[in-house]
Amino acid sequence: MPQESLNSYRSGPDERGHFGIFGGRFVAETLMPLILDLENHYEVARVDPAFKAELSYLLTHYVGRPSPLYFAERLTEHVREVAARAGDAGGAKIYFKREELNHTGAHKINNVLGQILLARRMGKTRIIAETGAGQHGVATATACARFGLECVIYMGAVDVERQKPNVFRMNLLGAKVVPVQSGARTLKDAMNEALRDWVTNVSDTFYCIGTAAGPHPYPAMVRDFQCIIGEETRTQMMASEGRLPDSLFACIGGGSNAIGLFHPFLDEPGVEIFGVEAAGFGLDKKHAASLAGGRPGVLHGNRTYLLMDEDGQIEEGHSISAGLDYPGIGPEHAWLKESGRVTYLSARDDEALQAFQLCARLEGIIPALEPAHALARVVEIAPLKPRDHLMVVNISGRGDKDIFTVAEHLEGI
Amino acid sequence: MEIATRIDRRFKELSGEGRAGLVTFVMAGDPDLATSLEILHALVRAGADILEVGMPFTDPMADGPAIQAAGLRALNAGTTLRKTLEMITSFRKSDETTPIILMGYYNPIYVFGVEAFLVAAKAAGVDGLIVVDLPPEEDQELCLPARTAGLNFIRLATPTTDDARLPAVLTNTSGFLYYVSITGITGAGVPDYGKVADAVAAIKAHTNLPVAVGFGVKNAESARTIARHADAVVVGSSIVETLRKSLDTEGRAGPDSVTVVEKFVEELAEGVRTAIAASA
Repeated sequence: MPQESLNSYRSGPDERGHFGIFGGRFVAETLMPLILDLENHYEVARVDPAFKAELSYLLTHYVGRPSPLYFAERLTEHVREVAARAGDAGGAKIYFKREELNHTGAHKINNVLGQILLARRMGKTRIIAETGAGQHGVATATACARFGLECVIYMGAVDVERQKPNVFRMNLLGAKVVPVQSGARTLKDAMNEALRDWVTNVSDTFYCIGTAAGPHPYPAMVRDFQCIIGEETRTQMMASEGRLPDSLFACIGGGSNAIGLFHPFLDEPGVEIFGVEAAGFGLDKKHAASLAGGRPGVLHGNRTYLLMDEDGQIEEGHSISAGLDYPGIGPEHAWLKESGRVTYLSARDDEALQAFQLCARLEGIIPALEPAHALARVVEIAPLKPRDHLMVVNISGRGDKDIFTVAEHLEGI
Repeated sequence: MEIATRIDRRFKELSGEGRAGLVTFVMAGDPDLATSLEILHALVRAGADILEVGMPFTDPMADGPAIQAAGLRALNAGTTLRKTLEMITSFRKSDETTPIILMGYYNPIYVFGVEAFLVAAKAAGVDGLIVVDLPPEEDQELCLPARTAGLNFIRLATPTTDDARLPAVLTNTSGFLYYVSITGITGAGVPDYGKVADAVAAIKAHTNLPVAVGFGVKNAESARTIARHADAVVVGSSIVETLRKSLDTEGRAGPDSVTVVEKFVEELAEGVRTAIAASA
């Protein structure tokens, strides 16, 4: 892609919401006026100092930002031991971007607060959202409680069952959780049902999408709200090491934590960037790695890589992590893959479980199963890098929600 | 000027007869392809003027429970886009005149390949397309190539389509305009008939295209009411529900599946045809 490398990887999308061939606005006519209205309001808000000041205040005092950039000393020692055992003197210096310390325990709140402030500017009184693992649902319910807005969360019936603590949290926060019984009863069906609600309740309802996917302007808007992760990382790394990192790692479901970390570094040619998808039982079995095992298609308002059969029917993803269990991916990632700027890898369920335990024991940090996928590749690649290589991994959420799932699997081993 | 399709000819005939038309929706392959083909012929016998045939999709995000379930039954019975087109080919062997519109979502068409699909659909005897998730903003994807291939691309206008947006919706629309009478999914709610009349009148001020009205038409009575204000009435979910009730517990065709659908559509056709008497 010579054209992109001459210019910038950060200029997308175009005015019609396209990142190369990906993205776009593939929605029913009923929603088109709403999406255009949202785009207009967002374009005004994003450059309005009052909007930025309000969001910034909340991110500091409500969320607890900036989240620390933490030198993971014992994990670094570990990868250097691994390198030494292989007769090598290397082993990268590993930093964690601590998004799990945010209020509500994940990066999701960064985006939700931005969208809820926008909804208030637009005079919307009712908020709907989809959720898989429940993290986006909890973040949305939290922000709605904070601003006194009605909140309806769509969640696949299967996920309601396997993420009970988060369902309870959402209820405590005053949200109504609707178990979705259609289709495969997981995240994609929750998104379908949220879209059906939105088509029905057009006048008062704002759809707060949880990842950098969906029709334009959502992929760009969610990315912009999450870019604070990468911007802080840049400043913090300059402060602690006096230079930029050499590599970045993040897990990818829809890809909002990853694009938030990556985007501010896309035009830094010295920074290697790695996204890690969920390989489930393995890429040759059931998995949720849309880039590795899917092909371009159109779903949920955008063109992107999808898991589907020969007839274009959408297939179910599988991952031990409910947050990565989605058969698609944000369109900007699809484009970054094709342009070659970001390298996309994957990690299986069992690899994520091992990394989950390693992180807990070495660092006293229980990560969510989602970033445990990124950690699985970090512990493999870090030993191959020299000691002065600065590696950042986004710990996008904390693992409290996952301890029962993990316990179940560890008993099975 | 566009090449006239069976849809254009049918609306000309209806206008000559001075009555509204009946557009019926069923899902291809519901409950199986053989029964589905029989149902298409039964719909015509019962008085349907235009057939709208659903292309099943796993994630029909503008459809309510009835049509979602019909799509899943069709997929479970092995229906694919290719098989849907084969069924249309079979239908055309004994019916050369009834217009057929394929309705569905873009992904199966995109995966089939737009050019290959248009060639196959035209060859099978399809006259028009309704693709729910392709708004005017994405016209270059399928709408413009379809027009070049001689297929009508029928667009939906909704209560959220205001005067400012209507011209964009009408540009490149051909065959007819499908006015969705409620904001919501298929099979939900009942429209406010007074508002529907106003909306149709507002659309007519912008176009000479026929206007069909659908969503929320549940029986002969509501079909008759809508027919007073529109060039055609579209009925979907209630036909699909009538079919579902005739299936066995495994979702397979029952002995009277075709006849109950035929009888229900006869009532709808009667409702639409008597509407002229009411307004004349």
